[in-house]
Amino acid sequence: MLLSKLAYRNIKGAGLRTWLNVFVLSFTYVLIIWHQGLFSGMLKHSSHAVIKDEIAGGQYWHQNYDPFDPLSYDDSHGKIPDELTGLIQEKKAAPVLIRQAAIYPEGRMQTILLRGIQPEQTVLNIPTAKLGLKEDVLPILIGRRMAKSTSLNVGDYITIRWRDKQGTFDAIEGKIVEIMKTNVPTIDKGQLWIPLEHLQKMTGLKNQATMIIVGQDVLEEVKVKNWKFKNQDFLLSDISAMVKSKRVGAGIMYAILLFLAMLAIFDTQVLAIFKRRKEIGTLMALGMTRLQVIFLFTLEGAMHGILAIGIAAIYGIPLLFYSAKHGISFPTETVDDYGFAFAETLLPSYSVFLVLGTIFIVMTVVTIVSFLPTRKIAKLKPTEALKGKIT
Amino acid sequence: MKKLIFILLLINCSLLYAQEPSGKTILEKIDKNYTSDNQKSTSTMIIKGRRGTRTLQAQSWIQGLDKSFTQYLSPPREKGTKMLKLRDELWIYSPSTDRIIKIAGHMLRRSLMGSDVSYEDFMEDPKLSNIYTAKLIGKEKIDDRNCYVLELTAKKEGLSYHSRKLWVDDQRYLPLKEHRYAKSGKLLKTLVINEVFKVENRWYPKKMTFKDALKKGSGTEFIIDSIQFNVKIPKHIFSKAALRK
Repeated sequence: MLLSKLAYRNIKGAGLRTWLNVFVLSFTYVLIIWHQGLFSGMLKHSSHAVIKDEIAGGQYWHQNYDPFDPLSYDDSHGKIPDELTGLIQEKKAAPVLIRQAAIYPEGRMQTILLRGIQPEQTVLNIPTAKLGLKEDVLPILIGRRMAKSTSLNVGDYITIRWRDKQGTFDAIEGKIVEIMKTNVPTIDKGQLWIPLEHLQKMTGLKNQATMIIVGQDVLEEVKVKNWKFKNQDFLLSDISAMVKSKRVGAGIMYAILLFLAMLAIFDTQVLAIFKRRKEIGTLMALGMTRLQVIFLFTLEGAMHGILAIGIAAIYGIPLLFYSAKHGISFPTETVDDYGFAFAETLLPSYSVFLVLGTIFIVMTVVTIVSFLPTRKIAKLKPTEALKGKIT
Repeated sequence: MKKLIFILLLINCSLLYAQEPSGKTILEKIDKNYTSDNQKSTSTMIIKGRRGTRTLQAQSWIQGLDKSFTQYLSPPREKGTKMLKLRDELWIYSPSTDRIIKIAGHMLRRSLMGSDVSYEDFMEDPKLSNIYTAKLIGKEKIDDRNCYVLELTAKKEGLSYHSRKLWVDDQRYLPLKEHRYAKSGKLLKTLVINEVFKVENRWYPKKMTFKDALKKGSGTEFIIDSIQFNVKIPKHIFSKAALRK
């Protein structure tokens, strides 16, 4: 306790130098927590959006389906398995048929994916109900990005050309009945959603699907021949990996920031030991062991970190709270060009683990850096220290 | 008297109609013009895209209905690219990568060298009478030439185009215009033969324009620079080894 008081009095006495170090450290705390909070918020939002709009509780994929191989799409379909028809009838699952096709916006050919889905489905949070409205032509639902890239609006007609199951060309006019707003580009860019029954009829694939999406309340996985179940963890792994790689990238920035702060503390410690060698000698002469003197100086260094927590809390908590409430807004163009689900307003998400983890890491580094220069004290002879000599 | 004239006219018409060849006969005559035991040709393909025009020159050897070998002569970027078709299989050799790639499955649906023609169009059985049934539906004039109008319907499932409409020169038995339709009846592609020439007692297209009807643009132009029928083609040409030579 005495050492703590002494240590506090000493660093307080150092004046501006102490507060400069404390401020840099507090900035490090706030920046790391805020930045990591942004990534957590990004992951949280992206996962939420993807679950809501695209994957729900998981997907049963036809065994030939490979989302990374567009050439596999036309061969990846099979009869909707009997094991899942019950769930589909209860609206706890939604079959989706995916086929390649081409559209001709403004006379340019564009390869797209036709996704057939039941208009009455409730598994995904996309406005498929509009596909169920009685129309004379094929009703089409597209996303905001797709509408922008093709200059299509609600009420516009577009020619779709596809091949049936035998490979014969067919073409029809469709009408855009709705433009959905979704943050998930994988269900938007280059995709046309049409009623499942229409697509099955158009391609001659009656009662067939490429995937069956199950609701979030369906917890039980069923073994289905020729179909593979992909759970949420698997389907979200790309997003997690992407955010993880971004976190690692950000780590470089934290390392530089911490390095600068640690350099300042290290310098402060070296200078303190040099300037206070007579004091060290006096303390030893008064009966303090070398270990106690080392502890005192290490404590002084580490106290910068503790004070920084307090300072960071004073200005950091309101800042972080404001940021968590209002988030950071990005222009729609930037959001749309992002390769994965990205919200227009990014709300950081902070956790106790994140705050405590950051404090632990910074404090550990500060303590180590504070200790390193004090090793000189271990070799110090009290008589020489009293004379102002340091070896 | 009026009745008599009417009956005579009717008889005359039916006699005239009876003189018209059937759709099948017309189609067989077209096939006779187009196909031969083997042929060697040099052609130019002009691809008119949105960003400009590309001109490719190629030399081809064709044997029967199953075998063909094409070698691109220009431009320098495509020079040395070779294509080999053996029955329903297609290989492409690219000199820049020094690799032979088999074009199969869905890759066949891709555009041939960026043109309005797909690999599948290239792979199609050149004998239309083998794959379509023809019906004579009338007569029309195209560029002062009398033409039979034929309606073709696919004999089997799986052909790219379910139906076609051909305007066939009634003297030369060469289609001057062709429309290819989707199952729904929507026009997908058009082929216009702009110029014909006579080679070894048969009429053959000299210049034709192939166009995707759903796309804007001027389409792809094919020009037959020279063609020889029933020439001797060395066997080794139709082998994968020839692709790398």
